[in-house]
Formats: sequence, C-alpha cells, structure tokens
Amino acid sequence: MLNLFLLQSLNGIQFGILLFLVAAGLTLIFGVMDLINLAHGVLYMIGAYLTAAFAAMTGSFAYGILLALPATLLIGIALEVLVFRRLYDRSHLDQVLATFGLILILNETVKIIWGSAPLSVPMPEAFSGSIQLMGNLRYPTFRILIIAAGLATALGLYLMVNHTRLGMLLRAGATHGAMVSALGVNIRRLFMIVFGLGAMLAGFAGGMVAPILSVDPGMGDSILILTFVVIVIGGVGSVRGAFVAAIIVGLVDTLGRSFGPMLLRNLLEPAAAAQMGRTVAPMLVYILMAAVLYLKPTGLFSSGGGTR
Amino acid sequence: MSEAVTPATTSIMETTAERQPLLSRLAPWLVFGLFAAVPLLAHAINDSFILVIATRMLIFALAALSLNLIMGYGALVSFGHAAYIGIGAYAVGILSSYGINDLLLQIAAALVVAGLFALVTGYLSLRTSGVYFIMITLAFGQMAFFFMVSLSAFGGDDGMSLSGRSTLLGADLLADNLALFYGVLIILAAAFLLMRTLVASRFGRVLRGTRDNPTRMRAIGFSPFAFQLTAYVIAGMIAAVAGVLLANQVQFVSPAYMTWARSGELIVMVVLGGMGTLLGPIIGATVFILLEDVLAHFSEHWKLGLGLILVLVVLGSRDGMSGLARRLRGGSDA
Repeated sequence: MLNLFLLQSLNGIQFGILLFLVAAGLTLIFGVMDLINLAHGVLYMIGAYLTAAFAAMTGSFAYGILLALPATLLIGIALEVLVFRRLYDRSHLDQVLATFGLILILNETVKIIWGSAPLSVPMPEAFSGSIQLMGNLRYPTFRILIIAAGLATALGLYLMVNHTRLGMLLRAGATHGAMVSALGVNIRRLFMIVFGLGAMLAGFAGGMVAPILSVDPGMGDSILILTFVVIVIGGVGSVRGAFVAAIIVGLVDTLGRSFGPMLLRNLLEPAAAAQMGRTVAPMLVYILMAAVLYLKPTGLFSSGGGTR
Repeated sequence: MSEAVTPATTSIMETTAERQPLLSRLAPWLVFGLFAAVPLLAHAINDSFILVIATRMLIFALAALSLNLIMGYGALVSFGHAAYIGIGAYAVGILSSYGINDLLLQIAAALVVAGLFALVTGYLSLRTSGVYFIMITLAFGQMAFFFMVSLSAFGGDDGMSLSGRSTLLGADLLADNLALFYGVLIILAAAFLLMRTLVASRFGRVLRGTRDNPTRMRAIGFSPFAFQLTAYVIAGMIAAVAGVLLANQVQFVSPAYMTWARSGELIVMVVLGGMGTLLGPIIGATVFILLEDVLAHFSEHWKLGLGLILVLVVLGSRDGMSGLARRLRGGSDA
C-alpha cells in the first residue's frame, strides 16, 4: 500500500513536471505580453510528432528529441512573426478567435501529414529498465529521466528569470511593459525570444512523453486545459507559481484517480464507489481550482497587475 | 490593452424601436419569414436534407443567442458555453432512459440543472475578469465534459442513442421532421422576443452599462455582480433548451456536444453575426452551419479551411472580426 502510494506520488510528480514545462512558457506569454494563447498545447503536440518523426528517421530517440527542439523553436518563432505579433494589442476576444483558428489549422495539418491514428515511439534502449529505489520499490528509468530533465529545466529557468539580464527584463515586462519599452528595450525582440522559448519548452515536454504516451492529434488540447488550471492556480506570469501549481495539480490528479475509488470504498458499496470514483477523480483539479479562486482570485503567486 | 472586449457599441437607440430605420425593424420579420419558408423550398426541390440542416441552424442560433446575452451585452467571454448544450442533451438522454419522455418535463429538468450549474460556476467565475474569466469558464466546461465522459452508466465516451423523440403531453408530435422544425422555430422566436425584452429592460440597461463602463455603474450605485450572474444563469438555461432540442433532432447524446471546440464555435457564431446585436447570433449561426456544410463537402479536413478563415479575418481586419462584421452590415448598427 505504501509502495503504491509512493509509486503514484512519483507518477504525479512526473505528470506535474510535464505540466510545468508547458505552463512555464504559457504563463510568461500571458504575463509579459498579456496574450491569451490557446494554441500553446498544439506546440506540445508538434514537439511529440517531430520527435516521433526524427526518431524514426535517425533510429534514435536522443537524436529525435535533439532535432525536435530547434525545430519547435523555429516553428514558435515563425508563428510569432506570422500571427502572434499582430495580436498583442488586440482585444482578448480577437486573440481567442485567432489562436482558436490556429489550433484548427495545426491540428488538421498534423492529421494530413501523419494521419489520425496514434503513433508510438519506441522507448530508448538505455532507459527501458527500472531502478530499485528502496526496499522492493522499483520505478521505470525513463520516468526518472523525465523528472530529472524537468527539474533541471526548472532550475535553469529559475536562474534565467532571477539572475540574468533577460530574466530581469522579463520580470519587468510582466509588471511594467510600457515602462520597459520606454527605457529603450527592444520589446518586440524580447517577446519573440519568450515565445520561441515557450514553444521549445512545450515541444520538449511533448517529445519526452512520446515514448510513454501515444502521440495523437488531440494530445495538445487535453494538456492545454490542465495548463490553464495550473496557471490560474499559480497566478499569471509567475514561473515559480506555475511550478508549485503544476506539481500540486499533477499529484492531485494522479493520486485522486488511483486512491479516490479506494477511499470511497470505505463509505459506499464497491460498485457505487467505483463509479463515483471514476466520475469525481477527473473533476478534482477543477474543484481545487475553484477553491483557490474563491480564496485568492489572482492565484497563489500572482506577479501583480491585478486583473491580468 | 487590457480591455477585455470592445463589442460593437450599440447605443440606447436600439431599445426605442420607433427611431430605428425601417430596414432594421423589418429584419427580424425577414429572417424568421425566410426560415418559415424553408420547408416550402425543401418540398419544391424535393430535398429533405435542407430541412435537417435548417433545424440544426435554428438550434445553434438559439445557443448563440443565449451566449450573446453575456458576451455581447455583458462583455463576458465564456469559453464553456457548450457545457449547457450538453446538460440539456443529457437531460433528454438520462430521463428517457428512465422512461420519462415528456418534452416539458425534460425541458424543466434541463433548466433546473443548467441553472444550478450556471449559478455555482458563474458565482466563482465572476469573481475574476478578462483572461482569467475566459480560462475559468473553459475549465468548468471541461469539468462538465469529463464528468459526462466518465459517467459510464449513461454511455460514457461513446454516448447514448435515444429510442425516439420526446413526446408532448403524451402525443408523438415531434416525430415528424417538419413538426420538429416548426417547433424549434417557435422556441427560437420566443427566445428572441424574450431577449429583446430583457435587453431593453432596466436589467438590460444595467448590463450594457456595466459592459461599457463598470466603474461608472458602480459609482452611480449599482452592483454589477448580481446583474452579471443573473445574465449568466439565464444564458446557461437557454443554451440548455438548445441542448434538449439538439438531442431530439439527432436522437443521440454524447460528450462530443460539450467539447471546448464546440464552445469556441459558439463564440465564432456570435462574433460572425455581430456581437451585441439581437439578430446577429441567429445570422452568425446560420452562416456558420452553412459554411461547415459547404466546407465539409470539399474535404474531410474542412476545419483547416475554417481555421484559415478565422486567422485571416482576425489578422486582416484592423478591429478584428466584429469590425469586419460591422462593415459588412453597412457600418450602421448603432
């Protein structure tokens, strides 16, 4: 029982790390550019598809993801130049409409190129085993790799945001965009860098899950909504908030799904408990979000700016 | 820059019918008259499929009409409106699986459940504004979606087929496509009149005042929250009626009715026809369903075309889609 709990907690953390990778870029895009980008989940999907395609081409998962990273970076920058750049000073409704249109375009393009059937990416040989953690608890090596890579990325982002000039500009841009621009910073270039970086992080997350999940055209949509939940809980524009909220959401979702039915079984008869657990568990994160909103409408770690 | 929505500024003019130009007074008669004549066309060219498409247009017009109340007159962009269509559809599906087939009972159940869901989620969502509001309504919509997906007793992901259409006081009135079409048309006309009364009433004026300048509304002593929440609940309930009708038309209920993409399409319908105008959503839904049908004929990847149109229109028009819609209507909707 304890082992199962530890295993599921690790799964939750691994899921949370993935959510963080997608949410980190998106929360910066929200915070710095005041842009609502529905198409961010699509970049996660594109990262997964490109990894799958490059891995099949080169025969190696490592080369696949190494090639997919610059490719998603380029796609992100291309989207910024072609579409998003023109949306910064539009109303939120226009941004919703244009990025919604972008999702339709990219989802269908992926379907045209790779078909609607899910692709699978073979697990890299070196990471296909499992590692003994403690006692008789074993955990798949690849999932540990995901956690480690995610934590390293989070650390790198933390250092970048808090200890570099670019990070300083980002933080300043999130709260006082007009002032930063007035001080002579090329805000357009800053936006482009943030956007490319966010796209690459989302693509990285997509590439890393490709071997453990099936790669299908709807995968971006489902993660996008959870990313929104993460951002709402963490507070728009806060990378630290996104990290904490992502881990919380990952844990609540994973543990809720595995232990919710078990806990309910003590209260209800087995059949009712199973049904109830299955229906309530996917809703837990949304209930959590509602509770956070009720107590703190701007999220746990709001970067300021009130209604942003 | 952080201003949430700048809808077409409809002034108080709209409420005083006698000052309006003749054309816009006649427009509702024209639209509803044309729809009423669709069965004649279907009969004349002997194509019953036209009737099916037209019924679908009317049902989505009803849903878009309800969304317009909060989006167009309240500046509240809800990205979870399809959830209410789903609630209405499942009211039909679940009740009929227990042998309750009466339309009035099903509508009553849909109204109660949708009203309660809108009351709770609206209360929470309206504590926020702008981007937050969009994301939160989206999340609540997905919550309802996942609830239905995991509800395996009622079909879960696969949905459930209905054995037949609802009955009205024991009579099998809706079994015929023509009767269903006119039934939906009457309900849409009633909702249109309700909306016109609402928007012109004191309630509607407060709502529009809040849309244009919330600070000023508060300064003259109104608390916008109660008005916005009421509008949110009414919009949800009307959308649920659309769901009841949709389930009846296709005799099938599934979580696919309440995906977030469907919510996005509802927003597109409202903006396409003209936000904050009474007739706009009806025209928008009609054009959208027509476009969907035409594009789907060309290719199974019709959504690619829809996406391209959306992006190009928003980018190509300086003040976005609402501006384009306004210019297409001749630049005078005030």
